[in-house]
Amino acid sequence: MTVMTYRDALNQALREELTRDESVFLMGEEVAEYNGAYKVSRGLLEEFGPKRIVDTPITELGFAGVGVGAAMAGLRPIIEFMTWNFALLALDQVVNAAAKMLYMSNGQYKMPMVFRGPNGAALQLSAQHSQAWESWLAHIPGLKVVAPGTPADAKGLLKAAIRDDNPVVVLEGEMLYNTKGEVDENPDIVIPLGKAELKREGDHCSIITSGKMVLVALQAADQLAKQGVNVDVVDLRTIRPMDVEAIATSVAKTNRAVVVEEGWEICGIGAQVVDFIQRECFDDLDAPVVRVHQADVPMPYAKNLEKLAKPDAAKTVAAVKRVMYLED
Amino acid sequence: MAKKNTSSPAAANARDTAVAYLHSMLMQRRFEEKSAEAYAIGKIGGFCHLYIGQEAVSTGTMAALRPDDYVITAYRDHGLALARGMTANEIMAELFGRATGCSGGKGGSMHLFDKKLNFLGGHGIVGGHIPIAAGVAFAISYRGGDQVCVCFFGEAAVNIGAFHEALNMASLWNLPVVFIIENNRYGMGTAISRSTAQQDVVKRAASYAMIGTSVDGQDVFAVRKEMDEAIERARKEQRPTLVEVRTTRFMGHSMSDAASGTYRSKEELDQSMQRDPIVLLKTKMLSDGMITEDDYKKMDDEAKAAAQAAWDFADASPEPSPEELFTHVLSDESTVGAANDAELAGAGR
Repeated sequence: MTVMTYRDALNQALREELTRDESVFLMGEEVAEYNGAYKVSRGLLEEFGPKRIVDTPITELGFAGVGVGAAMAGLRPIIEFMTWNFALLALDQVVNAAAKMLYMSNGQYKMPMVFRGPNGAALQLSAQHSQAWESWLAHIPGLKVVAPGTPADAKGLLKAAIRDDNPVVVLEGEMLYNTKGEVDENPDIVIPLGKAELKREGDHCSIITSGKMVLVALQAADQLAKQGVNVDVVDLRTIRPMDVEAIATSVAKTNRAVVVEEGWEICGIGAQVVDFIQRECFDDLDAPVVRVHQADVPMPYAKNLEKLAKPDAAKTVAAVKRVMYLED
Repeated sequence: MAKKNTSSPAAANARDTAVAYLHSMLMQRRFEEKSAEAYAIGKIGGFCHLYIGQEAVSTGTMAALRPDDYVITAYRDHGLALARGMTANEIMAELFGRATGCSGGKGGSMHLFDKKLNFLGGHGIVGGHIPIAAGVAFAISYRGGDQVCVCFFGEAAVNIGAFHEALNMASLWNLPVVFIIENNRYGMGTAISRSTAQQDVVKRAASYAMIGTSVDGQDVFAVRKEMDEAIERARKEQRPTLVEVRTTRFMGHSMSDAASGTYRSKEELDQSMQRDPIVLLKTKMLSDGMITEDDYKKMDDEAKAAAQAAWDFADASPEPSPEELFTHVLSDESTVGAANDAELAGAGR
């Protein structure tokens, strides 16, 4: 185990998979000569050359489609979006092409490809650059969606995504790139898609979350522990397919649940988690499930307003207390 | 076949080539007429865009390709699939929504696929497949292969961003792809004069430092010659080409609209139909002594019989089994709502 940043963990995953399989290539804006807008691809051009580390014009729809075509012809593209906000321009390729090709062709054309990049808000980037897209993407049959919250998960899930024969969406976090954690440097370690991980154990309540909100949930868990409340933190890691069993096991134990997500409330990931809970754990619940999410507004720029809009540890603590009927 | 004019091997070759073209075009024409008939009585559902009038484009282009080259197109794909070598049976079965269809009944008219023939679909979003063609060519280049990808789309697609993005990258990266504009002058019901500022669409090529050419799409020999050059340029020089093929669809945009009378006048259509690609080819072959009227009738009867046989095959084929609803969503069949889906499927049976 080595301590490294989330950014370096992703970089290591890319390097290992590029080394392992000649058909893997990385394509996107500024991925090569600039070393990546967020330096995730640092050093890869030097190591693998311009054939496999490909700078593109600013043309998200176009290069996402190039990835789809390359996958149809048997390569394993990794398409980097500088941020998922820009990927909105490419959704036709992600949704109409990549996600449906296998089905429309009755199994003839697999789509072994990855769409990756930072998702959700950073700091004061305002409305167009601060959006969490997981519910949009997880809505689509034919896609897998992962949202790693730690460096170890970033590496293991990205590697699994690259090796998967389906189109996999990898949602990273700008605010996560500098976070550190222990990572296994064994290149053979992958984290299977579709498996949640219990990041922390407690009996009083389950916090179900993913991606950037894992750290928020763990902060909340620390604060709650000081007040004598111990929570499970279930990190979904993969949003689609979702590990319903892990959710149900935790909620059956704690009888209470809070779902924390970065995106908006309406039709959000939390709504789906709550549906799974009511379906699987109806008789286990001692309180209605409470959701923590971004305020139902475009992200404002002003520091104080942005803080009010974002889900955070304090809101999560309050939500846990609410489902436990504790005075705040 | 007539035995005239076979005095030299070259003449015999020329006759064989022309006969193959005529056969291919008649098969498409009679298949599409049968499709229209099936649609009218509800055997075929959804959208159905017929290729009638444009057969010289598909036939002339496919004849210029190697079996290991790649073909991708939009939703007006029946004729192209037939010309590439897919069988009338598997295509008609797909239109009928049957398990024996080329896409197992899951794709329908707009999504014909055949991996054996590198026929990459059948795509339903205007322009969406143009970057995909660039990606296929990228993969060819990546592997150092000498195949070519040809990509068909209508003239209205030149106005969508995907066209611009794809052609820019294809030229920038020297990709072996031929972009073929099937210019039938109508994007659904909108005439090119009402949609496109630069109506000489091939001029777009200059924006991408790419060679652009135009050709008469009703003349199968002219199409073949133009495609030979463009494909050679892609194969030998790794340079893309934009080819405008001027053609006419004799039917409506889809089965939902009349061939004329609304957005297109009857006079205009009648005039265009004077240049029916099959009649032009037949006339030339008759005058060159390659075939007789009897030969033609025999070939036409064969094409009609093949279309009827395809109908019969499709009609007798089973529908996809209910289990097929959930296959090929993912390559490993793991779906998010699997438990719920299984219940729903069970309830439906």
